[in-house]
Amino acid sequence: MSADLHFDPIRLPPECEALRAQVRAFLAEEIAAGTFDPHEPGRGDSHNRAFSRRVGAKGWIGMTWPKRYGGHERSQLERYVVTEEFRVANAPAQLHFIADRQSGPILLKYAPEHIKHDILPRICRGELCFVIGMSEPGSGSDLFAAKAKATKVGGGWRINGSKIWTTSAHVADYMLGLFRTSPPTRENRRHGLTQFLVDMKTKGITVNPIYQMTGQRGFNEVVFDDAFVPDDHVMGEIDGAWKQATSELAYERSGPERFLETFSLLPELIRALGPEPDLRGAEGLGRLVAQLHTLRRMSVAVAGMLQAGQEPTVEGSIVKDLGTIWEQKLPERVRGLAAFTAPEITNRTTLERQLAFATVLAPKLTIQGGTTEILRGIIARGLGLR
Amino acid sequence: MMSRIRGLDESPPSEAARIAGLRAVVTDGEIHIVTEAAARIFADLADPQTVNKAKDDGWKAPLWNALSAAGLPLAWVPEALGGSGATLAEGFAILAVAGRFALAVPLAETLAAGWLLARAGVPAPAAPMTLAPVRPHDRILIEADGRLSGRATGVPFAQDAAYIAVLAEDRDRQSIALVDVKDCRLGAGRNLAGDAANVVTFDRMRPLHYAPAPEGFEPLSLPLMGATIRSIETAGALETILSLSVAYANERVAFERPIGKFQAVQQNLARLAGETAAALAVAGSAADTLAQAAAFDEAVFLEAASAKIRTAEAAAESVAIAHQVFGAIGFTQEHILHRFTLRALSWRDDFGSESYWAVELGKRIARRGADDFWPLVASR
Repeated sequence: MSADLHFDPIRLPPECEALRAQVRAFLAEEIAAGTFDPHEPGRGDSHNRAFSRRVGAKGWIGMTWPKRYGGHERSQLERYVVTEEFRVANAPAQLHFIADRQSGPILLKYAPEHIKHDILPRICRGELCFVIGMSEPGSGSDLFAAKAKATKVGGGWRINGSKIWTTSAHVADYMLGLFRTSPPTRENRRHGLTQFLVDMKTKGITVNPIYQMTGQRGFNEVVFDDAFVPDDHVMGEIDGAWKQATSELAYERSGPERFLETFSLLPELIRALGPEPDLRGAEGLGRLVAQLHTLRRMSVAVAGMLQAGQEPTVEGSIVKDLGTIWEQKLPERVRGLAAFTAPEITNRTTLERQLAFATVLAPKLTIQGGTTEILRGIIARGLGLR
Repeated sequence: MMSRIRGLDESPPSEAARIAGLRAVVTDGEIHIVTEAAARIFADLADPQTVNKAKDDGWKAPLWNALSAAGLPLAWVPEALGGSGATLAEGFAILAVAGRFALAVPLAETLAAGWLLARAGVPAPAAPMTLAPVRPHDRILIEADGRLSGRATGVPFAQDAAYIAVLAEDRDRQSIALVDVKDCRLGAGRNLAGDAANVVTFDRMRPLHYAPAPEGFEPLSLPLMGATIRSIETAGALETILSLSVAYANERVAFERPIGKFQAVQQNLARLAGETAAALAVAGSAADTLAQAAAFDEAVFLEAASAKIRTAEAAAESVAIAHQVFGAIGFTQEHILHRFTLRALSWRDDFGSESYWAVELGKRIARRGADDFWPLVASR
C-alpha cells in the first residue's frame, strides 16, 4: 500500500562539517583577494583557470575518484558539501565543474587505462575543462535523433556535423560527445550512437559563440569538419551509447546546483525585509525557507543513496523537477515580497540587480540538463505508467 | 507487545533528553518489527474498503483492542507510568503506517497525549485519549488550586476519547494535566473527513492529576511535536494517494487506452510523485531530528515547522491531482479516495497551519539575519 519512493534522512557525517569550515575559509580568502564577488552572480566570467587550479590543489576536484587517477577517495557527501558551498558563494567553478560532475565519472567507467592515467589527474588538478556534446540543431531532448556522424577510417574515426548549446565549448579542452556510427535499427531507434572523447584542439573543429539572453556567452555551436578521433578515444560500446547514459543521470540531476544557482536572492530578501518583517513578508519568507530546506534534504538523501551504491534515477529526477521549478519561481516570489519594503533599505540596488539577473535566467532552469517534460516522463516510467 | 520487543532504556537518558522525552534512535530492524505489527493490525481491522462500507462504528472497538493489546497507543509512555516504553523513532514509524491507512481512531492523539503526560510524570490511563490545545491561539489556564479554565477548538476525537491531556499555563509556567472528558463541556464538530473535532470548554474544572511541566519544556514544544506527528501522517496518506492514483491510471481505459498512457496524465502523476516525495523527505527528516535531539532547539524548529508547511502544501497539490486522475468516481462516498484526501487536508489545521508556521519561521529567520541563514540550512 505504499509508493516506492525513498528519501532517507541522511545526515552529513562530522568529517563533512570540518571540510565545510575549510571550504568556507578558502572561499572567504578568494573573495577577499578579489577573485569573485559573492553578491554578483552572472557578472564576470565563471571560467577561471587560476582559481580552478587552486581548487584542485585543495583536493576538491575528483574527490570521490580513486587515488591512482589523482582522485581523493572521499565520499559523495563530502563532494556534496564542496558543491553547495561553492554554489551558494557564487564561486566561478564552471571551468572544472562539468568534468568533475559528469565527464570524469564517464571516463572512469569507459576510458582505456592509459587515457584515464593521462586525463583524470589533470582534471583533478583543475587543469581541464570539459564540454558535453549531445544536442544538435535538429535534436535536443530527443537525444537519439542525433545526426552528427563518425565514420570509420584507418586508426580512428572522422567526425562531421555539429553540436549545439555546448556550455563552455569556447574554453573547453575536451568534449564527451555522442556521434552516429550506425543508423538506428527498426527494433531499436536508440541504436547506432557512440560516445567519443574529442580533443577540442583537433583540426577541423570550429566553435561559434551563441550569446544568451542574459548577455552571457554561456553556450556555443561546435562544427566538425572531418575532425579525426583515434580509436582509443571511443568510450564504451560502439553503437551502444544508449546503454551507458542512465547511471550518470542521478549524479547530474540531483545535485544542489540544480536549485542554488540564484540562491543569493534569499539572503538579499532577508536583508531587505529587516529583522521585523510584516506578516506578509514573514509568511512568504517562511514558506521559501521550508521549501528550500525540503529540497536540500531530498538532495542530500539522493547523495547518500549514491554513496551507498544505489541508482536513484527516479528520486534524482524528482529532485531536479521540484528544484528547478522552485528556483524558476524564486525571483517572482522575492519580487512580490520585496515590493513593500522600506524605500531606504540599504541593499536595494543589489537586490534589484540580482532580481533582474535571476528573472532573465529563470526560463533556462527547467530546460538545461533534461527538461521538465523529459524528467516527468522518467518519473512516470518509474511509477510504472510507461 | 512492544515492551517485550524493547524495554526501557538500558542507560539513563541525559537531563535534556529526559525533558523532551528524547532517546537514541533504534535500529532499522527493531523499527521494522514494530511497523510490521502495526501494519498487520491495520490491514486486518482497519481496511479502508471495509471501514468505508461500514454502516456504523462497530469496527472501532476490535481495532482499538488489538492496538492496545500490542501496546501501541501508550508506546511513548515509559513502562513505569503504565506504557510500553518505545522510542520516539518507533512511534513515528507506527504513525507513518497509520497515515498510509488514514486511520480514523485516536491512535496518534493517544500517543501524543501519553508523551505529554509522561513529560510531567503523570501516569497514563489505558484508554483512548486526545490532547489540548491543538490550535496555536487557544489557551487553557490553570489556577493555583489546579482548576482549569479556557477553551480549545478543533480537539481531534474529543467525543470518542475518555481522557484529555492538557497543556495549561499560569502566568509564568506550564502544567500538564489529565482530564476526564466527562468533566468538560464538548461542542459538536467534525473535520473535513468527518472525524470528531470538538470545541472543549474547561469551566474551572478539576483535573484528575496535574504536575508542572519540566524545566526546558517550552511553549512551542507541544506544537512542534504535534506538527511533526501530523506531517508524518500526511506523508503516509500521500503515499497511499499516489499508489491508488497510479493503479487507477493503469486500469481505467478511455479513448481505447489506459489513461496512464496519456502524457497529460503522466505529467500530473509525476507531479503527485514529486509532492509525495517532498512530504516523505521533510517529514522523515523532522521525525529523525526529534528522535535524536537533545532539546527543542533551532534545528528542531526549522525541521518541524518546515515539515508542517511543506507537507500541508503537498497535501493541497496532491489532493487536487489525485481527484483529477480519478474523475467522478473519486468524488463519491463509495470510493475510498476521500478517506485519504480529506484527512490530509484536515490535518493541515492541527498544531498550527502552514500559514501559522510560515510566519513563525519567517520571523525567526529574519531575526537571525541574512548572514546566518545559509549556515542554519546547511547545518541540517
